[in-house]
Amino acid sequence: MLNVSISGKPPTTTQSNSEIKMPVKLAVRNLNFYYGKFHAIKDINVEIHERSVTAFIGPSGCGKSTLLRVFNLIYHMYPGQRAEGEVLLDGENILAASDYLRLRSKIGMVFQKPTPFPMSIYENIAFGIRLYENLSRSEMDYRVRHALVGAGLWNEVNNKLNQSALGLSGGQQQRLCIARALAIKPEILLLDEPCSALDPISTAKIEELMYLSKENCTLIVVTHNMQQAARASEFTAFMLDGELIEISETTQMFTKPSDKRTEDYITGRFG
Amino acid sequence: MVETRIHFHEALGSLKELLIELGNKAEDVIDLAVKGYMSRDADVCSQVLATENDIDLAERRIDQLALDLLATQQPIAVDLRFITACMKINSDLERVGDHAADIAKRGLAGMKLPAVELPVDVPRIAAGAAGMIRRALNAFIAKDIDLANAVLKMDDVLDRIDDQAWVSLVRKMHEAPEALEQALDALIVVRNLSRVADHATNIAEDVILWLSGTDVRHIIGHVSTVVE
Repeated sequence: MLNVSISGKPPTTTQSNSEIKMPVKLAVRNLNFYYGKFHAIKDINVEIHERSVTAFIGPSGCGKSTLLRVFNLIYHMYPGQRAEGEVLLDGENILAASDYLRLRSKIGMVFQKPTPFPMSIYENIAFGIRLYENLSRSEMDYRVRHALVGAGLWNEVNNKLNQSALGLSGGQQQRLCIARALAIKPEILLLDEPCSALDPISTAKIEELMYLSKENCTLIVVTHNMQQAARASEFTAFMLDGELIEISETTQMFTKPSDKRTEDYITGRFG
Repeated sequence: MVETRIHFHEALGSLKELLIELGNKAEDVIDLAVKGYMSRDADVCSQVLATENDIDLAERRIDQLALDLLATQQPIAVDLRFITACMKINSDLERVGDHAADIAKRGLAGMKLPAVELPVDVPRIAAGAAGMIRRALNAFIAKDIDLANAVLKMDDVLDRIDDQAWVSLVRKMHEAPEALEQALDALIVVRNLSRVADHATNIAEDVILWLSGTDVRHIIGHVSTVVE
């Protein structure tokens, strides 16, 4: 069952007859976020289920990318930005966390623009693993290979592991970044417009990778591409002006959204 | 509110207009077919058969436009429900044309037989069936769920009339074997009109699904909310 707590202006929650059995992985309670005086996220309550893909959609500036920044605590790097409320990862409020490195090993993030490190393909994967684990060379080789196979990249790069990752295509670079994030076995992977700069084939590969990754990981994706949300996610949330308007199973959202604002947005009746 | 998919929504408007045009033809052709059958007028019956060809062409045109929109515009939510409803209503209206053609063919065949008195009020049944089509189309045009629900209720009435006609005509066949062919033709005509009413019901159900997202097929009780 999909539960969304309600306070303030409640999002509309709908569910199909199918019972959702996965437990809640991430629970957001009364979350508010501020860029200085600007109130960017307004009293959001939402629950993200384990080993599912949840898409956040909404017009530019609605707060969906900001929400990911809160989940990853990136905002801590910028003075004047603050979050209020709770974001509970398995019941533990991450907003109160002080060990950011440990937190980011649990909650990885992939950005809109591929961000390979200026080093070899192999080292791109190994770099993140070394932050958290001390592996032998053979163990590291295995983990790197495993990550690249998982990302569907192995066959494309296995003969050039020592070459710079910057020589890969945009789609390959993005899959490398996802592989790098998954290599440290995060519990949650945040993807902020991961395919916006990619061609349809690269996009399809990443969507397939998302599908496969949810076996071991909970994925949250922000996208402007509603067809991508429809294809790749089980749940879709619609945000508008910093508020969560509606979250429901994706099939429900794209056939019969509950809130007229959602329907107007996804059908292009306002923009 | 600012429209962001103007071209697409204009195309949806064109789809609706084409379907309304087809609906008008289907409603008219039923009236014409019954008129031809009752008046034993070969010209009118032939006109029905020609109109049925027009309906077939219109069906293909509407389906093609709907498919084009599905393929190129990736409609979702109310737009997706609208296009799928149009495709189903399109099919129902084409079948109405087929039933009109069947009635016209009975009319042409019956002209070779002597006229007999039959215990069935075909014009009344036809008026009921055509009225259901008219109301279903009006519900589609006006986005009126209440009217669509009213159509669903009418179907039960027409079913009862159909059953009564069936009993009366079978009795007539027993009592007056010389009128067997004419009675059999009348039975076929009534059965065709009953199917027309069924198609009106389908259209009403599709209208409700489009407007409310609620599938009321094969269930008892219907949505009664008008959707803006």
